[in-house]
Amino acid sequence: MTPTASILRRGLRRALLAATAAVLLPGAALADITVGLIVPATGSTAALGIPAKNTAALFPDEIAGEKLRLILVDDASDPTTATTQARRLVTEEKVDVILGSVMTGAAIAVAGVANETGVPQLALSPIDLPAGKDTWTFRMPQNVTLMAKAVVEHMRAKNIKTVGFIGFSDAWGDFWLRDLKALAEPAGLKLVAEERYARADTSVTGQVLKLLAARPDAVLVGASGTAAALPNIALRERGYKGQIYQTHGAVTHDFIRIGGASVEGTILASGPVIVADQLPESSAVRAPALEYVTKYEEKYGANTRTQFGAHTWDAIQVLKRAVPAAMKTAKPGTKEFRAALRDALENEKEIAATQGVYNFTKTDHFGLDQRGYVLLSIEGGKWTLVK
Amino acid sequence: MDATIALFLAQDGVTNGAIYALLALSLVLVFTITRVIFIPQGEFVAYGALTLAAFERGVFPLTAVLTVLLGLAAFAVELAREPSARTPRHIVVGLAMDVAFPVALLLAAWHVAPLKLGPAVEVPLTLAMIAALGPFLYRLVFRPLAEASVLVLLIAAVGVHLALVGLGLVFFGAEGFRTQPLTSAMFEVGPALVTGQSLWVLGTAGGLILALWAFFERTLTGKALRATAVNRLGARLVGIPTASAGRIAFALAALIGALSGVLIAPVTTVFYDTGFLTGLKGFVAAIIGGLVSYPLGAAAAILVGLVEAFASFFASTFKEVIVFTIIIPVLLWRSLRTVHVEDEE
Repeated sequence: MTPTASILRRGLRRALLAATAAVLLPGAALADITVGLIVPATGSTAALGIPAKNTAALFPDEIAGEKLRLILVDDASDPTTATTQARRLVTEEKVDVILGSVMTGAAIAVAGVANETGVPQLALSPIDLPAGKDTWTFRMPQNVTLMAKAVVEHMRAKNIKTVGFIGFSDAWGDFWLRDLKALAEPAGLKLVAEERYARADTSVTGQVLKLLAARPDAVLVGASGTAAALPNIALRERGYKGQIYQTHGAVTHDFIRIGGASVEGTILASGPVIVADQLPESSAVRAPALEYVTKYEEKYGANTRTQFGAHTWDAIQVLKRAVPAAMKTAKPGTKEFRAALRDALENEKEIAATQGVYNFTKTDHFGLDQRGYVLLSIEGGKWTLVK
Repeated sequence: MDATIALFLAQDGVTNGAIYALLALSLVLVFTITRVIFIPQGEFVAYGALTLAAFERGVFPLTAVLTVLLGLAAFAVELAREPSARTPRHIVVGLAMDVAFPVALLLAAWHVAPLKLGPAVEVPLTLAMIAALGPFLYRLVFRPLAEASVLVLLIAAVGVHLALVGLGLVFFGAEGFRTQPLTSAMFEVGPALVTGQSLWVLGTAGGLILALWAFFERTLTGKALRATAVNRLGARLVGIPTASAGRIAFALAALIGALSGVLIAPVTTVFYDTGFLTGLKGFVAAIIGGLVSYPLGAAAAILVGLVEAFASFFASTFKEVIVFTIIIPVLLWRSLRTVHVEDEE
């Protein structure tokens, strides 16, 4: 071995030793608030996870005078990885609260760990859990049922009689189809076609032809991200003239970029943050939403805001209210603190954030009401609030 | 279901099938010559589509950087490992092909990207960058393993696939892209509307298949490739350089993949990880052709496209299941018909 190489190697070994020591030393000083954030920064739902990860860079340094220690991990859009990561956060990092995941399947996996180990979870996906399994899980995004009600209400007001559904063949599509089925009939709507497709599909011609054959007055697309534009484009290409609805999973600027002229006039259920500047002055959501949007777009560029990032931000807004209340009874880093935090989340009222006003209760761990959604339409390539 | 719908579905199926056929052909090509089951074939499709989409937006595609880096790596590794690569003539050729050529592409891409010169300039540049990736990958990953078993080569291919998908996320971001159609023309043929884009796809696929056939039947290089496919050792004994056969096979595969990407980019949204599923459907077709037969593979690809189109109409929930289930009866029939030979040499 040459002398240079040996010096280099010794230097490297020292650096490695130092790094190992840094990892092994207890990371948190007592009373730091330790927050674990699990997002899919890679894999199939990376489009949703990346804005959440970006938002973490804007988190405050401290909450209620205590230092905020954030541990960000990637679940690679895989529920199994999410479970492992959640367990690691709980056992090794001794987190006080877990945020995430953004992906539905992964969030359900994390909820299992949260429930088993007694760590509060602020899920960034509107997951459904069996009764009794969500004791430790609170959801930041809007309940699909809440959003579906808004959409069905709009359909009824527009005198739509028949509706067709095309959605992802995953949990997101399932949630929407289930709620549409449940809500359609009481509202006098008839579900005339239900079609499914996958995010990576290159063509939806078959599904769209089937939809067209059923001649629905309106079509609801239960999909997310830019992949939601595919049926929208295909329907318009085949000359469909009826109203097209999309879910809050599709509300991203990239959706308009991909969809172009085909998505003009499409109506989307969305969280209010997307149109922060169009909200009325009286809205409790306007100020927090504008604050987040300004901060985020200052750092990442104009028109980069997404709901997924906003949900992550809201988790911190909720913690800002719940942590001081919980600290009255226990110190962060203890089992008592985690239980107190859970109780505080259930007891704090009227927490205004970017996506609505949260009122979690013992029986309702969704916490949002009609202030948590708006209907948008796309006019001239821009989001417009439907009054 | 009436005739119009059936015609629409058939058109959709044949167009997609043509893309699968191109992928199946390149899979068969790579397997017969190098015994590599080339899982990352689909990544070339995504890279092709997304690189072109980047050009269209006036953004410099990072693919160019990857081409340069892989070229440098391939050059350096061969220099270190093979004494024969250290002769002055080899070094000059290596510098020109592995270093100067990718750097020239990178500079061209850097220069062209903000100008938005249109497909006439951007498509050839895209194809050149990605076609160059093929031989570089072969020399870096598969060439050193050339004598390993099919299983080892398959595992290496999976590794390359995972690496390329990850890099794709870094290069192009998580959101999908579409490109402008080469033509927006529509033709009425009887009751059906035929889009100009699908004619482009079919025309290019057909032209490419003919060109491949001519290459294998009429040129000395093509015949050498076929000889390598039939018997690698025998080919080497009569003086055919099998390593260069591998390079050519990978270059063709990458070129065909990139071209498929350019063709589908205007009709669908392409994500950084779209390629895998598309490639897998090409793989189903290639398997039906026994991974050796070009015409059978191509015909099977059209069948896969048609089955997919009609399945998405009748039972969209089970579409993928139906498409991938086609492979089971074929495998059964093949295993009953042929005598099983352990192919580990």
